[in-house]
Amino acid sequence: MASRRISGVISRSLSLRPLSSSIVSQGNRSSLVHRFTTAAALEEPITPSVRVHDTQLLINGKFVDSASGKTFPTLDPRTGEVIANVAEGDAEDIDRAVAAARKAFDEGPWPKMTAYERSRILLRFADLVDQHNDDLAALETWDNGKPYLQSAETEVPMFSRLFRYYAGWADKIHGLTVPADGPYHVQTLHEPIGVAGQIIPWNFPLLMFAWKVGPALATGNTIVLKTAEQTPLTALYAARLLHEAGLPPGVLNVVSGYGPTAGAALAGHMDVDKIAFTGSTDTGKIVHELAAKSNLKPATLELGGKSPFIVCEDADIDKAVEQAHFALFFNQGQCCCAGSRTFVHERVYDEFLEKAKARAQSRSVGDPFQKGIEQGPQIDSEQYEKILRYIKSGIESNATLECGGDKVGSKGYYIQPTVFSNVKDDMLIAQDEIFGPVQSILKFKELPEVIKRANTTRYGLAAGVFTQNIDVANTLSRALRAGTVWVNCFDVFDAAIPFGGYKMSGIGREKGVYSLNNYLQVKAVVTSLKNPAWL
Amino acid sequence: MGDVSNRKTNSNSRRRIPNIKFTKLFINGDFVDSISGKTFETIDPSSEQVIAKIAEGDKEDIDLAVKAARQAFDHGSWPRIPGCERGKIMNKFADLIDEHLEELAALETFDVGKVYSFETNVDIPSISKEVRYFAGSADKIHGKTLKLSSEFQGYTLLEPIGVVGLIIPWNFPSAMFVLKCAPALAAGCTMVIKPAEQAPLTALYLAHLAKLAGIPNGVLNVVTGFGDTAGAAVASHMDIDCVSFTGSTEVGRLVMQAAATSNLKPVSLELGGKSPLLIFDDANVNQAADLALLGSLANKGEICVCSSRVFVQEGIYDKLVENLVEKVKTWVVGDPFDPSTHQGPQVDKKQYEKVLSYIDQGKREGASLLIGGKSCGKKGYYIEPTIFENVTDDMLIANDEIFGPVMCLMKFKTIEEAIGRANATTHGLAAGIVTNDLNIANRVSRSIRAGMIWINCYHNFDSGCPIGGYKMSGVGKDHGVEALEKYLQNKAVVTPIYHSPWL
Repeated sequence: MASRRISGVISRSLSLRPLSSSIVSQGNRSSLVHRFTTAAALEEPITPSVRVHDTQLLINGKFVDSASGKTFPTLDPRTGEVIANVAEGDAEDIDRAVAAARKAFDEGPWPKMTAYERSRILLRFADLVDQHNDDLAALETWDNGKPYLQSAETEVPMFSRLFRYYAGWADKIHGLTVPADGPYHVQTLHEPIGVAGQIIPWNFPLLMFAWKVGPALATGNTIVLKTAEQTPLTALYAARLLHEAGLPPGVLNVVSGYGPTAGAALAGHMDVDKIAFTGSTDTGKIVHELAAKSNLKPATLELGGKSPFIVCEDADIDKAVEQAHFALFFNQGQCCCAGSRTFVHERVYDEFLEKAKARAQSRSVGDPFQKGIEQGPQIDSEQYEKILRYIKSGIESNATLECGGDKVGSKGYYIQPTVFSNVKDDMLIAQDEIFGPVQSILKFKELPEVIKRANTTRYGLAAGVFTQNIDVANTLSRALRAGTVWVNCFDVFDAAIPFGGYKMSGIGREKGVYSLNNYLQVKAVVTSLKNPAWL
Repeated sequence: MGDVSNRKTNSNSRRRIPNIKFTKLFINGDFVDSISGKTFETIDPSSEQVIAKIAEGDKEDIDLAVKAARQAFDHGSWPRIPGCERGKIMNKFADLIDEHLEELAALETFDVGKVYSFETNVDIPSISKEVRYFAGSADKIHGKTLKLSSEFQGYTLLEPIGVVGLIIPWNFPSAMFVLKCAPALAAGCTMVIKPAEQAPLTALYLAHLAKLAGIPNGVLNVVTGFGDTAGAAVASHMDIDCVSFTGSTEVGRLVMQAAATSNLKPVSLELGGKSPLLIFDDANVNQAADLALLGSLANKGEICVCSSRVFVQEGIYDKLVENLVEKVKTWVVGDPFDPSTHQGPQVDKKQYEKVLSYIDQGKREGASLLIGGKSCGKKGYYIEPTIFENVTDDMLIANDEIFGPVMCLMKFKTIEEAIGRANATTHGLAAGIVTNDLNIANRVSRSIRAGMIWINCYHNFDSGCPIGGYKMSGVGKDHGVEALEKYLQNKAVVTPIYHSPWL
């Protein structure tokens, strides 16, 4: 159906349509871009067009210093230099924020407002975000290092899109009337769960804000949000706009700070009714444990992955190469669902490898504010060093380094797009989440074999399948133990598509109608009936 | 305006005559004359003066509008853009409605005599809300993946049904306009809207706003005209895929017949009612009287869910009647632009005369006229709020939809009797229950054969709450998810699967 195809193309959310396709197909444009070998990062960094306004904690509708008065620096990953010093929240600040959220929940007005009024505030917020699109995008790129066009043309628009989506849900949260075995009237009420604690990562600071805050607000909850210490800036900016749109004080509190201090205080808080976390599997375990040890609050966890990307022998190879490249290298490889195990059928392996290598070599690395740049720096020195260690491990375990393998420049956290071939299932680079621009290509022969190998992982976040064959597509979609299977596409992240992991990739689903359940309690109300006309 | 007992009345002193900007048919994004060049007059029911001459659409104009809608559906962007894009445009439409609230309210009051303060405070805000509700639905149309009983995988695709014909009444012209078009727009349909000939003004104004909002040409067409010409052409059109009608049961039957004899298009009908309001002994008298007045007199009784049969349990009857009469005395009939007015004129001469003739009929049949019963004023179609008591179930006024400010009071003894009599009607649109007793509330709400039950409230409409009739009050629902489903086709797709690890 034509409309389906068109909508599929238009709704492609996190993909970089203009960049990824044009650069590969138009070799003559290469003068505009800096291939990784040219060390563009050495050039003087472009000054962002935005000023940092908000650096304090946002508690009860006011920007305040942390109780301790401490701050921490947030760094520009292009240089390692300080962008701003940000108030450092700790347990005491979490307590203050939870108290504000508790009061806003227990006394209102937020949960007591009509759903329509809540939706109007969210819609107004989305309009404000659109008006501040470029500022938010610049701040996001500055703090995180992702290409500016990706921020400005994809992620910030997706951010307002997500809030419009959730605004639309606010007045459509229907419970059920339920059949009973006897003379009872049964109905379910879907009630907000209360104070939600939300801990978000640094790889998509704004989008993760929307995935968490959007459904929690639409369902009438109040929130304490702990941002990643690497990327505190855009959440504060967005939260300020949300208050401008009419959000009552105390409904959304934002505490910047570190995981072991602020994050742990939130996850273990006795007065927080729900915790949602996106980040590494290791930290997710700690969050779940803290939730269990404290008040047994339900946890939504969106964790790591080692997602297979399976290229079958009948696949459109050029498209598969491009999408496999995109699946791994997008966002500097810093995606939980990155297609980090590229399984290629032996009949097309050589062709695929040659093209994948060429594509990686043509990837432009440099200042993310520069036009035409596909890949900016990694988020920080810790990640940067970790990735370089994994590359070393890949070489030592006898995977073939096809290209890349080193840092770029001497300043900032730039790493060459790296491709390994002849990767075996038992190598560390085929098992651990590298979270960087390192593609591992593996060869397979049979469908049952690749299903088994793809599933032999503790993770189960996502998978990519490239084939033209309907039966192969159906078999793989059902056989892969993963929360999302993309067939002949990857990283399609519409607001309505649920996302989340099997196995140790997490618990629960975000986005879509499924995300609402994370923030709702279901109450059954059973009333005895006298002389009912029917049952 | 004549003085009616001690009732307060208002003269036509605060009129805000709006400028009439749109009087032509809206087809394919343009305002155009009818092919015949004919026009008809729309009348101000307060003054009986002609407001404007409106292009009179007929079969040929419907053909043109359907052609535009067909083109927009088959080849246009509207069904092909993502739901979120439709939602964005619809939200813009809602914003424009809010921006033009006063003008829309004034047009509505001018054209059909609705109370202006109700228009600005309730009615027009409710239509932007309705549009926003369905704007938010446009990206939430989910089919299902199916659990099949063998090695097949199945799923459903919900596709827009196509070109829809929407025939709307004159009692809530703007509200009915969006009630029909908002879910159809969200679904991705294109449409031809035929407003009532008594109330063309806001429909054309809304069409203009829809265009400003960015709804593409041909998606929303408005053909003003009469039911037996333009309306009939919509219902019987071979190229319209679905028709939704709100109006009388009598016309609803014609619409369904026309649909059946043409292309068998699915029909949804929201028709007449003779809705009971049941007041039980334990009710709070004051609240019950307020609800009875609201239920029977709101919008001059020109409302399909009007509580035109008020059943009162004998223990509370006398106190209730006393309270009602006191309240009706303060009910102000007059200039609908005056903020103190409760009730404006009936929509037109025909309705006015029909209501008066039912009042006469009630007297002849032996019902006791408690209060009201006459027209009021020298000019305009004003009728006194009227209450009959000692109405028996076999009287015409207890069976027919009067569609005017006429309340019929009936006494009952037991719950069983109330349920039996309330259900003894060919209609089944709505019902009200006034009681504090949980068991009575639950029992009666399940026993009444009607699509909407209000317990201790009345006329509480909500975009998320479906409404539609049982029995001869109609087919299908408006509002809510149910409304959206009317404008969607459900396609099942089934394909074999091999080697699935689960079924």
